[in-house]
Amino acid sequence: MNHTRRNFLKFMGVAAAGLCAASAGSALAVSGAGSSIKEPANAANAKRWGMIIDTQKCGTKEAIEALSKACHSVHNVPDIPGNQNVKWIWAAKFSEAFDQHNNYMDEAHETCQYVLLCNHCTNPPCVRVCPTKATYKRADGIVAMDYHRCIGCRYCMAGCPYGARSFNFMDPRKYLDPSKLNKEFPTRMRGVVEKCNFCVERLAHGKQPACVEASNGGLVFGDLGDANSEIRKLLREHYTIRRKPSHGTEPGVYYII
Amino acid sequence: MKLYNGGKIITGLVIFLGVFLAPFAYNAGKAAYTQPKLKMPENEKECIESKEFMRTKHMQLLNDWRDWALRDGKRVYVNSKGKEFEMSLQKTCMKCHTNKAEFCDKCHNDAAVSPYCWDCHIQPEGLKK
Repeated sequence: MNHTRRNFLKFMGVAAAGLCAASAGSALAVSGAGSSIKEPANAANAKRWGMIIDTQKCGTKEAIEALSKACHSVHNVPDIPGNQNVKWIWAAKFSEAFDQHNNYMDEAHETCQYVLLCNHCTNPPCVRVCPTKATYKRADGIVAMDYHRCIGCRYCMAGCPYGARSFNFMDPRKYLDPSKLNKEFPTRMRGVVEKCNFCVERLAHGKQPACVEASNGGLVFGDLGDANSEIRKLLREHYTIRRKPSHGTEPGVYYII
Repeated sequence: MKLYNGGKIITGLVIFLGVFLAPFAYNAGKAAYTQPKLKMPENEKECIESKEFMRTKHMQLLNDWRDWALRDGKRVYVNSKGKEFEMSLQKTCMKCHTNKAEFCDKCHNDAAVSPYCWDCHIQPEGLKK
C-alpha cells in the first residue's frame, strides 16, 4: 500500500470508529448483566390514590396526635421544639384548614380539630416549581420526593398552599431517639424539605398507610379512580369538602364535615 | 560546545528531579498497596450479582435502584440468575452486610471517597447519640 495522506486518513477513520464501537459495546455489556425489574407481587395499585377524613371520628387534638405519632414513628420524623418542627400530619382548627370560613359558625365546627397532611394534588404546584425534579407526581397520583435530589431551595414550600412541607433547618437526627428508629426507613439530613408520602413504601407491600391503620376508621384510603372502591362509596354517601379549592390544585384528600 | 549558564541549569535540574522523585523515595521499601480485607456476610455466599460486578458497579446499581423504586414503583430486582430481591439499601444490602465499618468503609477510606449514603440511611449498627 502506498503511504499516501489519503490512505493514512482512511486508516485513522476506521480505527476511531472501531474504538467507539468497542467502548460502547463493553459499556452495554456491563450495565445489562441479564437482570430485569418488576413490581412487587403484593403491591397495592390504584389509578388515583386518595383519602377521605371523617372529621366527626377524628376531630380532637388527642385523636390526631395518635395519628401523627403513628406516622412520625414509621417515617423517623423528629419532634423539634420551637418553630422549626418537622411534620407530616398534624392538627389545625377550621379557619386554618379551610378558606370557606363563615361568620357565626356553630361551636362544634369552630372548636373541632382537623387532620392536615399533604393533599397529593392532581395539579401539584410543588412539582411544577421544583428545579431539580426532586418532587414528582407518580402515575397513581402520589406526590413523592426523592431526597437525594433535593437541594433545599424551598421553592416547593413557597408553592404549596397547604403548608404541607417542612424544612430541615438542622440535622433531624439530633431530635430522634436512636432506640426508637424504624430501621427500614431512612431519616432525612439537614437542608432538605420533607412531607407526607402517602406511605408509598407501605403500599408497595400491600399495607395501608400508617395513619389510616391507627385511625380506627376515621381515615379511609383507596382508589378514587375505581367507582366501586370504599372511598368512592363514602364520597357518594356524604357531602365532602377539600382544602382551598379555588387554587385549582385538585387535592386528593377529602373531608366529611 | 559550551553550555551557557550551565551551573544554574544543572542545579535547577537536580532540584527539579529531587522534588519530582521525592514521593518515590518516600515510599521506597514500603509494602505495595493491597486490597483491604472485608468482613463478608456469614450466612450468604453470593451477592445479588457477581463479585466483579458488585465491586465495580455497585454505585451505578444503587443509582438505578433508587430511580426504579422511587419513581417507577418497580421495587423488585430480578438478577441475572432469576433470583428476586427488594431494591432497598437498608432492607436488602445491609441485612447481609451487617457491618458498615468492616465492609463499606474499608474500601471507601482507601479510595478516599466519602459517599453520603449514611447522612440519611440508617446503618445496620444503628445511630449513636
